[in-house]
Amino acid sequence: MMKRKLIAKAALLAVMCATAGYATAAKTLVFCSEGSPEGFNPQLYTTGTTFDASSVPMYNRLVEFELGTTKPIPGLAESWTVSDDGMTYTFKLRKGVKFHSSAKFKPTRDFNADDVLFSFNRMGDVNHPFHKLAAGQSFGYYSDMGMDKIIDKVEKVDDSTVVFKLKHPEAPFIADLGMDFASILSAEYADNMKKAGTPDVIDREPVGTGPFQFVSYQKDAVIRYKAFDAYWGGRPKLDNLIYAITPDASVRYAKLKANECQVMAFPKPADIELMKSDPAITMMTKPGLNIGYISFNVEKKPFDNKLVRQALNMAVDKATILKTVYQGAGIPAKNPIPPTLWGYNDKVVDYTYDPVKAKALLAKAGYPNGVEVEMWYLPVTRPYNPDGKRMAELIQADWAKIGVKTKLTTYEWTEYLKRSKQGDQHSMMFGWSGDNGDPDNFFAPLLGCEGVKGGGNTARWCNKDYEALIQKAKLTPKQDERAKLYEQAQVILHEEAPWIDLAHSVRFTPIRKEVLNFKMAVFAHHHFEKVDLAGK
Amino acid sequence: MFGFLLRRVGLVIPTFLGITLLVFLLIHLIPGNAVEAMSGERGMDPARYAQMAHDLGLDQPIYMQYFNYLGNLFKGDLGMSIMTHTSVMSEFKTLFPATLELSFCAILFALIIGLPAGILAALRRNTVLDYSVMGASLTGYSMPVFWWALLLILLFSVTLGWTPVSGRIDILFDVPPVTGFMLIDSLLSDDSGAFKSALSHLILPTIALGTIPLAVIARMTRSAMLEVLREDYVRTARAKGLSPWRVVGIHAFRNALIPVVTVVGLQVGTLLAGAILTETIFSWPGIGKWLVAAIQRRDYPVVQGGILLSAITIILVNLAVDLLYGVINPRIRHRS
Repeated sequence: MMKRKLIAKAALLAVMCATAGYATAAKTLVFCSEGSPEGFNPQLYTTGTTFDASSVPMYNRLVEFELGTTKPIPGLAESWTVSDDGMTYTFKLRKGVKFHSSAKFKPTRDFNADDVLFSFNRMGDVNHPFHKLAAGQSFGYYSDMGMDKIIDKVEKVDDSTVVFKLKHPEAPFIADLGMDFASILSAEYADNMKKAGTPDVIDREPVGTGPFQFVSYQKDAVIRYKAFDAYWGGRPKLDNLIYAITPDASVRYAKLKANECQVMAFPKPADIELMKSDPAITMMTKPGLNIGYISFNVEKKPFDNKLVRQALNMAVDKATILKTVYQGAGIPAKNPIPPTLWGYNDKVVDYTYDPVKAKALLAKAGYPNGVEVEMWYLPVTRPYNPDGKRMAELIQADWAKIGVKTKLTTYEWTEYLKRSKQGDQHSMMFGWSGDNGDPDNFFAPLLGCEGVKGGGNTARWCNKDYEALIQKAKLTPKQDERAKLYEQAQVILHEEAPWIDLAHSVRFTPIRKEVLNFKMAVFAHHHFEKVDLAGK
Repeated sequence: MFGFLLRRVGLVIPTFLGITLLVFLLIHLIPGNAVEAMSGERGMDPARYAQMAHDLGLDQPIYMQYFNYLGNLFKGDLGMSIMTHTSVMSEFKTLFPATLELSFCAILFALIIGLPAGILAALRRNTVLDYSVMGASLTGYSMPVFWWALLLILLFSVTLGWTPVSGRIDILFDVPPVTGFMLIDSLLSDDSGAFKSALSHLILPTIALGTIPLAVIARMTRSAMLEVLREDYVRTARAKGLSPWRVVGIHAFRNALIPVVTVVGLQVGTLLAGAILTETIFSWPGIGKWLVAAIQRRDYPVVQGGILLSAITIILVNLAVDLLYGVINPRIRHRS
C-alpha cells in the first residue's frame, strides 16, 4: 500500500515537473478570436473567421500575398510565366515542401503537381470524385469568383510544373490564386481517406503545408495548433498557437488586459482610445482595403463641368470630416484605391482645402452667384463610412461657404442602391471594399464605362483615355507594367475629379507589448508564422 | 404515491407532443422556403431542389412529415447542422454537460446564499438586515445579466486579477473530455493545477447566472417563512418551549420549503435563458452559446433541436420538482 502511494506520488511529481517545464520552455501565444470557424477546409467556406483558423495558419497557396501588402509573391509556386495571349499560366512548383501528418495520415511524398490538380479539379470538375459534397456545402468562393468561367483546365506537365489554361485573358488571375479558397490540399491524403472509406475526413481533419499544424478543436472554445517543424518557409518561432474563441469584444479586451491572450481580433471602436492609452498594449493600425467617396453624376448639371467638380473638391474640409466622422479611424484619401494596394500613385497631390480658390473656380465655371445641388447620403453605417448623415451635414456647411446650396436626400438602403443604378442621383455618397487585392477590382467596376451601364459607376463618368488605360491594364500580364498604367489612370482621375475621394477607414489590432514581429495583413486576417514572444 | 407519479408523468406526454409539434412547425412558419432552410442551400436548380426535397422528406404531406419527424426523434436523430455537418444530437451531447455544470453550480450558489438570507430576513423582519437583504435581492433581480457579467469581469478579473476572464479552464491545460464535466475531467487528468483552474473559471459565471435565482429564492423564502411563522403550530411549538432552532429549523422551514421548491423548479427556465447570455460573455461552450450562434447563422436544424432539447430538459426538471414536492408535502399527492 505504502509502495503504491509512493509510486503514485512520484508519478504525479514527474507529470507536474514535465508540465511545468513545458509551460516555461514552450512559447505559446494565445489569440482571442471572435468566433468559431465553420470548418477547417477553406475551399468550402467564405467567412474571414474560418480563413483565420484554416487557410492562414495551416495551408499555403501557389501564390501568397506579401504580408501587409497586396503584392502577390511566390508561395508553393516558385515562379510563373504567362503566355503572350494571357491565356496560359505555367507554374514552377517549389520542391521539398512537406505536408503535415496526423493521426490518420503520414505523408510518404513531398508536395507536387498532383496536389495542385487535386485541389483545383475538386472544385472545378463536376465529375471529380471529391466534387460532390453534403447538402448545404459548396465551393462558394470558387464559383463567386467566376473561376468556372475563367479556368478551362489545369494540367500537369511534370511533378513540379503545372499549367492553367484559361478561357479568356484575366490579369487579376494571379491575385485570385492568392485567395483563401485556392489553398492546396494533399492528394495523397485524399486518396488514403477514400480507400479507408472516409473521404470527408480531409475536410474535417486538416492536413496542409502551412506553418502550423492542427492539434485539436473543442467546439466554441479553443483551437490548438503547434509549429510545423518541417515548414518550408522556416519553422515558426512560436511552439504553440492557441485560439481562444471569445465572441464578446469587451471580454476579448478584458482577456488581453489580464494577459490571458496576447493578440485580439476586432476591438470595439469605443474601446480603441482606452486601449491606446494602456501601457501593456500596442495598438496596430492599418488602412482598410476600402474607399469612402462622393460621386458627381456627370450627366447632370452642374456636375458636367469639370471646374465645378474641382471646386467642390477644394471646398471640402477633409481634416474635420476625418476627425469628427471617422474619429481617427480613417486616413484621408486622394485616390480611389487605398495606399496598401499596388499601383497606388503617391505622386498625386490632393486638392487642398481652399474655399477662396474654390469660389473663384466656381465663378470661372459660370456660377459666380453659387449654385444649388443635391446630395444623397448613406442611410446605413458601412465599413468605409461610419456616419453618412453627419458627413453630409459637414459637407453641406463647407459648400455653403462658397455659395453652393445643398439639398440633402436619402432613401432606404435597397432603394438607395436601386435608384443609384438607374442614375437618378445628383451627387451621392458611396464606398467600396476590395476583395482580391487587385486594383482592377476598384478601377473598372466603379469608374469604367461598363460600370455606367451596370450601375456600379455612380458618377456615370466614361472617359476614353482612362478607359483605354484600365482596359490595357486588364490584358497586361506583368504586374509592374500594369501598375504604371494604373498610376497614369489616377492622374486622369485627379484632373477630371468625378469623385471626392474622402477616406480609407482604418482597421485596428491591439497586441500586448511582448508580442514581436506581428504585422497586420491587408485583408482582415491574422498571421502568426513570423511572430515571436519577448522574454521567453 | 404511484397514482400520483402516473398522473404527473401522464401530463408530460401531451406537453411533450405539443412542443414537438411547435418545433416541427417552426421550419414551415419561417419566411422563405423549408427546403432551402433545412438544406442551407439557396438558389438551387429545380432538379437538385426536387432531389433535396425528396431527401429531406419535404415532398410528403405535412402530417406524414410530422410523423417522420417524431419517428426520427425517438431514434435520437435530430438532423444535421447546416454549419458543421455533424449531427445535432452529437453536438448537443458534447455541449450540454457544460451548461449543466454551470446551471447546477448557479442554482447551488443561489440556494446556499438565498435560503439563509431569506430565513434571516424573515426572522429579523423590519430591521436593517431585512431591508438590506430585500434591497440587495431587488437589485440583483433587476440587473441585466450581460451587464452584471461584464461588471464582474471588470472588477474581479481585470482590476483585481483574482479570477480568470472567460473559458472553462486555463487554455494551457489540455484536459481530455471524459464526462464533459470540467470539474470531474480535470480531477481525472492527473494535473493538480487543472481542477483549481476549472474551479476558478466557474466562479464568475456562477455568480452571474445565479444572481437572479438567488434574488428570487431569497424573497420567496422570506415571504414563505413569514407566512409559516404566523401559523398556529409554530406558536404551539414555541409555547411548548422548544428551542428556537428546532422551531425554525424543523417545523417552520420544512413547511416554508414547499413554495420555495416550486420557485426553484420554475427557475430552470430562467437559468437556461440566462445561460444564453452568460455563456456568450464568458465564452462558455454550452448550449446557450450554441443556440445563439445557430440563430445568427440560420442553422435551422440546430435551432429546432436545441429548442426541443431545452424544452425537454425544462419539462423533466419540472417533473422532478413535482415529485419532490410530493415527497416534502404528502398532502399534495393525495389530492386528486
